[in-house]
Amino acid sequence: MTHIPRVPTSAKSLATNPLKMSAPLGGALAFMGVDNCLPLFHGSQGCTAFGMVLLVRHFREAVPLQTTAMDQVATIMGGYENLEEALKTIHANNKPDMIGVCTTGVTETKGDDMGGALTLFRKRNPDLAALDLVFVNTPDFAGGFEEGFAAAVTGMVEQLVEPVDYKIPGQINVLAGAHLTPGDIEELRDVIESFGLSPIFLPDLSLSMSGRQPADFTATTLGGVTVDQIRSMGASEFTIAVGRSMGSACAALEMKTGVPCRHFDRLTGLEASDAFIKTLMEVSGRQPTGKIKRQRESLVDAMLDGHFFTSRKKIAVALEPDLLYAVTAFLNDLGADVVAAVSPTQAGILDKVHARVVMVGDHADVEALAKEAGAELVISCSHGRQGAQRLGIAHHRMGIPTFDRLGAGLKVSVGYRGALNLLLDVANIFLAAEMDHHGGPHDLHAPGHAHGQEGHDDAAGHACGGGGGGSCGCNAG
Amino acid sequence: MLQDKVQEVFNEPGCAKNQTKTEKERKKGCTKALKPGAAAGGCAYDGAMIALQPIVDVAHVVHGPIACLGNSWDNRGCRSSGVETYRIGFTTDMSELDVINGGEKKLYRAIKEAVTAHNPPAVFVYQTCVPAMIGDDIDAVCKHATQKLGLPVIPINAPGFVGSKNLGNKLAGEALLDHVIGTMEPEVSTDADVCVIGEYNLAGELWQVKPLLEEIGIRLSSCISGDARYREVASAHRARLNMVVCSQALVNVGRKMEERWGIPYFEGSFYGVTDMSDTLRTMARMLVERGASSALIDRTEGVIAREESKVWRRLEPYKARFQGKRVLLFTGGVKSWSMVNALENAGLTIIGTSTKKSTKEDKDKIKKAKGDDFHTWENLRPKEMYRMLRDAEADIMLSGGRSQFVSLKAKVPWLDINQERHHAYAGYDGIVALCEEIDKTLSSPIWRQVRAPAPWAA
Repeated sequence: MTHIPRVPTSAKSLATNPLKMSAPLGGALAFMGVDNCLPLFHGSQGCTAFGMVLLVRHFREAVPLQTTAMDQVATIMGGYENLEEALKTIHANNKPDMIGVCTTGVTETKGDDMGGALTLFRKRNPDLAALDLVFVNTPDFAGGFEEGFAAAVTGMVEQLVEPVDYKIPGQINVLAGAHLTPGDIEELRDVIESFGLSPIFLPDLSLSMSGRQPADFTATTLGGVTVDQIRSMGASEFTIAVGRSMGSACAALEMKTGVPCRHFDRLTGLEASDAFIKTLMEVSGRQPTGKIKRQRESLVDAMLDGHFFTSRKKIAVALEPDLLYAVTAFLNDLGADVVAAVSPTQAGILDKVHARVVMVGDHADVEALAKEAGAELVISCSHGRQGAQRLGIAHHRMGIPTFDRLGAGLKVSVGYRGALNLLLDVANIFLAAEMDHHGGPHDLHAPGHAHGQEGHDDAAGHACGGGGGGSCGCNAG
Repeated sequence: MLQDKVQEVFNEPGCAKNQTKTEKERKKGCTKALKPGAAAGGCAYDGAMIALQPIVDVAHVVHGPIACLGNSWDNRGCRSSGVETYRIGFTTDMSELDVINGGEKKLYRAIKEAVTAHNPPAVFVYQTCVPAMIGDDIDAVCKHATQKLGLPVIPINAPGFVGSKNLGNKLAGEALLDHVIGTMEPEVSTDADVCVIGEYNLAGELWQVKPLLEEIGIRLSSCISGDARYREVASAHRARLNMVVCSQALVNVGRKMEERWGIPYFEGSFYGVTDMSDTLRTMARMLVERGASSALIDRTEGVIAREESKVWRRLEPYKARFQGKRVLLFTGGVKSWSMVNALENAGLTIIGTSTKKSTKEDKDKIKKAKGDDFHTWENLRPKEMYRMLRDAEADIMLSGGRSQFVSLKAKVPWLDINQERHHAYAGYDGIVALCEEIDKTLSSPIWRQVRAPAPWAA
């Protein structure tokens, strides 16, 4: 679980306004994309309560999550009894198809042997053989949200998928990384199905966390990829992995089943989407539909209209590694000046991130870097709002948790349409600021600091104040 | 040691529920053993944070891996009238190497960094499970830091796995008693000084009450811990009277302050018209008994008379609208009987309430007020809750955020009355605000639309 540091880490002992969330929480989210599943934290009950509240606040959905409720004695004596009791209780009460177990700091410090626990449980409970179990190691003190999510996906591939000697024509796998929202997955399904292919998403949050209306109360996930579908992934013709963090799951799937895999580090942006569509054309042997072609034209047009407002704009971004890469790379595509790219954890993808400063840090680091560089916009989760307010600059919410905006789970930033959405969101922040004040973007809550620090003095920036070129519509204000 | 502290807290003479138990039951503690796979609720660390984090000028440093703070910070609505240090999330974010090598040195450096960057009057250090397991001695680190850095660095020893949120509240109270209360003297002191214990100023509720107290001549010299400054808490022992708000949470603080400094306490509530008036009356009477001017009582009656006539007038329009509307109340402790009263004042019918977190005294109060027919649930399961709402046995549910989707997915109106809420419901203004919120959601035009079947449904 240890990473060789690749980019500078904040030298502090004190994380201030942390950007990082825990690995088990990421694992739990991955399990929430499986139908009739109940994620279980092997740890103290607080681990579960905090995680649940965070996800509830983000998705505004019921979040199924249980705990082995480890107390002091169980922690010292070893947690197998609690784990077994929890699994049996959940089976008796909720009848899930699958239970996804994530370890926590408590059980990992003690060093509970999860592989041994699974074997012992199976031996002692032959009557529960039909209940699928996926155990993953997600210590709170190593890695973060994205690693935990990836570990759960890899765990499901390793423990559920079976190699088969036949193919189901048109079936393809999509390993969907932690940075994809339920809305992103729905968008990818639309696009992939438009080529006559039938995708299996692992995990599939679009079916469980996008506002489902249940016919009856359920304590497990309502919707998601089914365990049977996961099993059948070996019969697919092709696998698409989205996000570098899906690398090990992708490799595991390919080794186990021989299904060829193509990896996309991002699907946000014109060229990134072109590569994706090209792959789908090859796999399906079909041309894109008119709708996809029109979406591409719309994105091209928005880039033409929008680049005035994004070029050389100073933007600080703080997100989980894969999303950080997708967003900063798209901002690079649009000519923006990414002054800081801050990740909560080390990750291989950070090598590909282009920004003035790339580092592993917290929201306090983002705030300091943004201030120093005179950033005009911060892109991060809701926790970043306090820092942006203090700096008097705009804040665009992305990532988890987003609790002060509705619909975080339905936002789309992949494919032609998703890139268009993100471009419009970002460009509109700058356009609105220029139209309203002919100044830097500002925050409504801090009227005293309406203008970004040095942002506007930058002569190389958009020459709106000087010429008032017609293209940006400045004179209309 | 922590174990002794936990036992001591379990044996709380000020807690009515505890006193009805046998010696053996008492040793087991306040909460039922948690059932793995069917447990809900926060841990002791969570409870300690809830009780103390509202002290606004203190730097709250969490010693542990990222889950404990990274997943939980910035999620409560307690407000400050000034400094905002309490809103900053500080953690040592322990890594694998810290677990192997021990986290004490890192903790000390972290405390030092917090002090250098933010210059707080004190630092609170919260212990969590992992450093407790590997034997990090936060008491020793705090002692060392206090000496080296020249400001109080207080250990809050309530790692998650020792027990429930409620236990954590109490352990936080013990930490204040051991290290904070009585360590400073107030700048001014009057004979009408009151300390309110267990009020967190959620959504600014304290500010709905404070002006009335000021008008009467009662000085809120300290609050544990809503909108509190470290100095106020440290000098809380000069209060003439303590009011304990959420009865089970911090009753140990009220009782021990009585033992040590002879400060009497009473349990009161700011929710609902009658409870609010009772609280003001009790406060004035007890202060006068301790030597405050008897004019307090007259002024209190004056304020109550004015506010009550005003509030009844303001509630009048709701009464007709609330006619026949049934409420399912799902909350715990003091709020259950206090809210029942408040809502019935406004013309709502309460079909039942949960008593999971209530004391025997709370339950007796409900029984006395409502008779035996009234539903009380010790442990209402979400499935049953959903069924009741779907079958239209209630028109609205009032509860905490965690059960909101039980109600909303059953397409039944719901209102948040717990700690994440955005509106303040305390005092006379608060009850009007609560009725306005209930009325808004009950009369929303969405309910008819969202219940209608889709065009393709039979």
